[in-house]
Amino acid sequence: MTSELDIFVGNTTLIDEDVYRLWLDGYSVTDAVALRVRSGILEQTGATAAVLQSDTMDHYRTFHMLERLLHAPPKLLHQLIFQIPPSRQALLIERYYAFDEAFVREVLGKKLSKGTKKDLDDISTKTGITLKSCRRQFDNFKRVFKVVEEMRGSLVDNIQQHFLLSDRLARDYAAIVFFANNRFETGKKKLQYLSFGDFAFCAELMIQNWTLGAVDSQMDDMDMDLDKEFLQDLKELKVLVADKDLLDLHKSLVCTALRGKLGVFSEMEANFKNLSRGLVNVAAKLTHNKDVRDLFVDLVEKFVEPCRSDHWPLSDVRFFLNQYSASVHSLDGFRLECGGTIWAHCNLHLPGSSNSPASAFQVAGTTSVHHHAQQFFLYFQ
Amino acid sequence: MPGKLKVKIVAGRHLPVMDRASDLTDAFVEVKFGNTTFKTDVYLKSLNPQWNSEWFKFEVDDEDLQDEPLQITVLDHDTYSANDAIGKVYIDIDPLLYSEAATVISGWFPIYDTIHGIRGEINVVVKVDLFNDLNRFRQSSCGVKFFCTTSIPKCYRAVIIHGFVEELVVNEDPEYQWIDRIRTPRASNEARQRLISLMSGELQRKIGLKVLEMRGNAVVGYLQCFDLEGESGLVVRAIGTACTLDKLSSPAAFLPACNSPSKEMKEIPFNEDPNPNTHSSGPSTPLKNQTYSFSPSKSYSRQSSSSDTDLSLTPKTAPYPQGPRIYLCPSSPSLSCGSLHLKKSCLLLSESSLTPHHSSLVSPVLRKSVSFSEELFLAASGMGSGSAGKEGGPFKALLRQQTQSALEQRGGSPHRFCRRREFPFFTLTAFPPGFLVHVGGVVSARSVKLLDRIHNPAFVGIMGNTRSYKLLDWNSFNSDEPETRDAWWAEIRQEIKSHAKALGCHAVVGYSESTSICEEVCILSASGTAAVLNPRFLQDGTVEGCLEQRLEENLSTRCGFCHIPYDELNMPFPAHLTYCYNCRKQKVPDVLFTTIDLPTDATVIGKGCLIQARLCRLKKKAQAEANATAISNLLPFMEYEVHTQLMNKLKLKGMNALFGLRIQITVGENMLMGLASATGVYLAALPTPGGIQIAGKTPNDGSYEQHISHMQKKINDTIAKNKELYEINPPEISEEIIGSPIPEPRQRSRLLRSQSESSDEVTELDLSHGKKDAFVLEIDDTDAMEDVHSLLTDVPPPSGFYSCNTEIMPGINNWTSEIQMFTSVRVIRLSSLNLTNQALNKNFNDLCENLLKSLYFKLRSMIPCCLCHVNFTVSLPEDELIQVTVTAVAITFDKNQALQTTKTPVEKSLQRASTDNEELLQFPLELCSDSLHSHPFPPVKAVTVEKASPVGDGNFRNRSAPPCANSTVGVVKMTPLSFIPGAKITKYLGIINMFFIRETTSLREEGGVSGFLHAFIAEVFAMVRAHVAALGGNAVVSYIMKQCVFMENPNKNQAQCLINVSGDAVVFVRESDLEVVSSQQPTTNCQSSCTEGEVTT
Repeated sequence: MTSELDIFVGNTTLIDEDVYRLWLDGYSVTDAVALRVRSGILEQTGATAAVLQSDTMDHYRTFHMLERLLHAPPKLLHQLIFQIPPSRQALLIERYYAFDEAFVREVLGKKLSKGTKKDLDDISTKTGITLKSCRRQFDNFKRVFKVVEEMRGSLVDNIQQHFLLSDRLARDYAAIVFFANNRFETGKKKLQYLSFGDFAFCAELMIQNWTLGAVDSQMDDMDMDLDKEFLQDLKELKVLVADKDLLDLHKSLVCTALRGKLGVFSEMEANFKNLSRGLVNVAAKLTHNKDVRDLFVDLVEKFVEPCRSDHWPLSDVRFFLNQYSASVHSLDGFRLECGGTIWAHCNLHLPGSSNSPASAFQVAGTTSVHHHAQQFFLYFQ
Repeated sequence: MPGKLKVKIVAGRHLPVMDRASDLTDAFVEVKFGNTTFKTDVYLKSLNPQWNSEWFKFEVDDEDLQDEPLQITVLDHDTYSANDAIGKVYIDIDPLLYSEAATVISGWFPIYDTIHGIRGEINVVVKVDLFNDLNRFRQSSCGVKFFCTTSIPKCYRAVIIHGFVEELVVNEDPEYQWIDRIRTPRASNEARQRLISLMSGELQRKIGLKVLEMRGNAVVGYLQCFDLEGESGLVVRAIGTACTLDKLSSPAAFLPACNSPSKEMKEIPFNEDPNPNTHSSGPSTPLKNQTYSFSPSKSYSRQSSSSDTDLSLTPKTAPYPQGPRIYLCPSSPSLSCGSLHLKKSCLLLSESSLTPHHSSLVSPVLRKSVSFSEELFLAASGMGSGSAGKEGGPFKALLRQQTQSALEQRGGSPHRFCRRREFPFFTLTAFPPGFLVHVGGVVSARSVKLLDRIHNPAFVGIMGNTRSYKLLDWNSFNSDEPETRDAWWAEIRQEIKSHAKALGCHAVVGYSESTSICEEVCILSASGTAAVLNPRFLQDGTVEGCLEQRLEENLSTRCGFCHIPYDELNMPFPAHLTYCYNCRKQKVPDVLFTTIDLPTDATVIGKGCLIQARLCRLKKKAQAEANATAISNLLPFMEYEVHTQLMNKLKLKGMNALFGLRIQITVGENMLMGLASATGVYLAALPTPGGIQIAGKTPNDGSYEQHISHMQKKINDTIAKNKELYEINPPEISEEIIGSPIPEPRQRSRLLRSQSESSDEVTELDLSHGKKDAFVLEIDDTDAMEDVHSLLTDVPPPSGFYSCNTEIMPGINNWTSEIQMFTSVRVIRLSSLNLTNQALNKNFNDLCENLLKSLYFKLRSMIPCCLCHVNFTVSLPEDELIQVTVTAVAITFDKNQALQTTKTPVEKSLQRASTDNEELLQFPLELCSDSLHSHPFPPVKAVTVEKASPVGDGNFRNRSAPPCANSTVGVVKMTPLSFIPGAKITKYLGIINMFFIRETTSLREEGGVSGFLHAFIAEVFAMVRAHVAALGGNAVVSYIMKQCVFMENPNKNQAQCLINVSGDAVVFVRESDLEVVSSQQPTTNCQSSCTEGEVTT
């Protein structure tokens, strides 16, 4: 007696969250059944393995049919074939577009092309995430990227509108898309300690402040690309390190303000020129595409690592950067028009800040001189 | 009466990409009705075209309006080659033809293609303007309402229940026409869909005419079926119960939309049948049949049934080895009658089986001519009647006549009753209180027929002709086919009728008909419950009088339906009677089998449960007549065993009555399958059932003896456990109080070992007489053991689950609003190596049990819940394939309240169960009137009343999901029940009757057979929901999947499936919403109608 056909169709489509998760995780039916057996469901319900097998197959089939619709979530809302309560629809979509941190960390900033897709095998072995799941996540990134690539308006809103994702997930996708578009290098060994959350935070701030959309929200609202003009303007920051007087003035301003507040004051004082030079050079180089890609690598090399070698605590870094950018205001050359903020934030796990290993510090960027915005500002959370 | 049909094509969405180059589609729409076709403009390069067309107007006869579907075809415009079809939508505009149903059809319909499935959606608006025309020769029957619901629809009141209406139409199946060889599968499928749509429209119209003739205005319990007879054609047949319904809100009688039927009826003489084809009501005689058989081979089948209208009421459907046809009158009273009676009847049977056919007909007086001929292998014979030995035929006949006439006198005007309808059948399964006076038992009849090809050249090319449906008027050329089919059914109905008579009943309720076809053999089956009805409902104009009378009677009717309708001294079969445990005045049988739902006023102890008997029998492959003979020889054994199983399982559950009994016999190439489903309950009025005792055959063998006693203990334990599970704890009544002259209500019935050889029965019987060595067969012992084992292997559903196949679960009355309707299909392939009856039985049993287990597992999130209206359908699509289709609805209930019931003392729970039951059934009736008054819901609004199905979204509800909240698709509930728990049906929008074909040539790519069928069923649901939503409804009640024919050819990567579904589209309002609304409205008006509603319920 072999089962040829075995289906269950409900007027309201049944969605089993556990099975859905297994499916999304890319387990085969057999593996999924084994996992479910291990979860002790048989004992709870008194069912047999055959029943479980049939149930799992059935759910997998349903999910398989739903997958086509999940590729365009608004379709799921308007389709007539599956009657699914709205809350369940939201769950389906949200879970389908959810991703593994480990995976996203691997592909973040890479070009979402076929070439990258071929490497998924390696990523799968490296991260322990099944290839199927990797493919789904990769395809999700790519799909979202393709849809919003040429779109105007807020990136997050666009994603939310076209994929019906929750706010948080939409922000994450915005970061992924932004990184993929600008091809920021994140895979270097030096950057390995940074989590996706750290990058996402940076991406959000960069989208807010560095892109065309940030500059002028009415027209040409493109959140994807960095504002070229702004990057050009950043070159002018060179004056901060090139002009010796300015550098000294800046240093003294910062030092005065921070004296006594910083635990690593002496190191800071000693290193100020180096640090300042590092930061400004990173900013000034951003006109070249290659340097844009290496933004995070450079930041870590030129700023984070020196700080780390001096065992700066996190709070001190924060103070320093705060003051560093605030002091620029009072510099002559910056008095008139400043604006456009470089705003890089790197969550750097400093070895010294043992008390808060997961906390972060923000690297505040510097600004251009001849720009139209009013303020030179820094945000700290 | 002509009408004007107006159609507007608004927009499309989610269309498939038809132009690979641009990834877009240039879509336009063709709207076709009858011969007229309109086209929209081509909307270039869009997958979401906005046509926004003008109103396309069709001026048509109402006859066409009823027959024809509106056909909407979406195409992709192609400049150079032929336009590609994207898909079609068929819209049945029938609901627009009643005044009070839908007024407009408007909404998104899935665009369906028989090869690709659903491909996008189209937004259509349809309206109909009808002009009055009192043409007395009209062929249309606009305005007659149709309901699938097998009870008086909520928010209606039955003024008169007229009785049985039936009709069938026949055509050649387009799939088997020569043209099919040269046309595409798509064209062929579409031809078929269209033809069936036409045929069912025609059928409905014809039935409507009959109803008008009876002066009714509605058909309730309308059941339409397709017989795909393959080469020999396509039969669409329907049965129903004609009624005059009165909308509860309006005091005046309902007038059909187009004109008043009552007025017109006066003009039409009764005997003038506008439709000469409808001969079905005429009594069929063998002579008549013969005249229609023109080919020699045909004559076999046509003569088939002898005219023994006499019933042979066999208590046990005991096996008559020679009886090709079984007259199963398992009015179960007899079934339980214990070993003594059984013995008698079985002995009789075995005797009769030795004698020639004729001699077994013990009561020749009653028989009409019995024309046996040599080749008349199908003729009924071997009809031993269990009762025959007891009373002489003539004497019995006399008494029966007396009973009948007495009944008819009681029934008011018998003449009128008889004249008007040939068959006093009712397809209803639930009745207004007081309607059902007594219930006799189940009556059924089966007949094996040979199908024959219609040699009719006139058929060729019909489908190419756009006016093809005109040819369906059979009088124009060949009226043989429907006549023959009609005659077949007439025979069977005649039999049923006479069986009912034998049970002292003048009517059959819960009546249904079915067929099973394999190649050229066809088994026709009919079954129902013999009953005595309150005649007042069957006549005109006596409503007021009956109200008072009923009220006084109400007190006594609580157990009345259990009382035997037949004369105690002249029982049609040996039965075991006791005084009613409720009123102590009347006699009741000790077990009652019925095909109806549990009457609302019945007193039930504990809960009910689903009881199934399953059986397979191997059969040699054979051709034509030989095949039919083999089948008819097997049938009696199957019926007998199915009943034995049912009986044993019923006893094992400690219950004493079966409701909703449905026995399905399916014929395949090399086997027969029997599946009986019913809901067992403990009726307080009937005696406590006895236990089951096992008797060993070799008493000397110690270990065997031990084994037997072990089994016995197991069985006793199971009974005790079941009693606890189903909360069956009847009040102890001492024997003296009953003062029954009939002893031992606790008499034990023997567990019958059923084998397929009649000799075994003799053995069995002899055993109890002490002649234990007469037949001792080792293999039988193991068989018997297996039977016992199979009894014990039926696992009860997990805790929190109950199941039944009736509308409501006896003993549960606190439903909550969550419902989940589902269809599950399973096909298993048998390994051909070990095909023995035992292996087959086991496989089949496992299949069904696993299926149920699977359902329990799937629906575990709904616990506590009850599977209601569990409907199993078995088919044998191929040699080694068994297909089981289940449709049911899971309804949650409030466990706390249920627990209370168990805690209350027995007496209380006893009363409670019944009153609650009553309440449950009645509240919709009471309240619907006010909802109608206070709720002039525009249909469109009503869709949104029910926003979301709450199934299983419990733990996700709190998560933020803002983007999804604006879903535009309204929820449409579907249920096989006639009500929606926690809601009131405020409006019936019309019948949904849809037929779909889906075919694929890329089976593997679509996920194999499972993927293919899963998608198809989901699509069918979607299309039903879309149609209901477009009518302005938000639910389908009395939903049924009547056919699911699945064929596959994995080697060719092909599969095909046909599905036929029907139901009633309704608007319902949640009770909670209703309260809010009605509290704002002046309630005086409602109250008056409320009370009226109460009275009539």
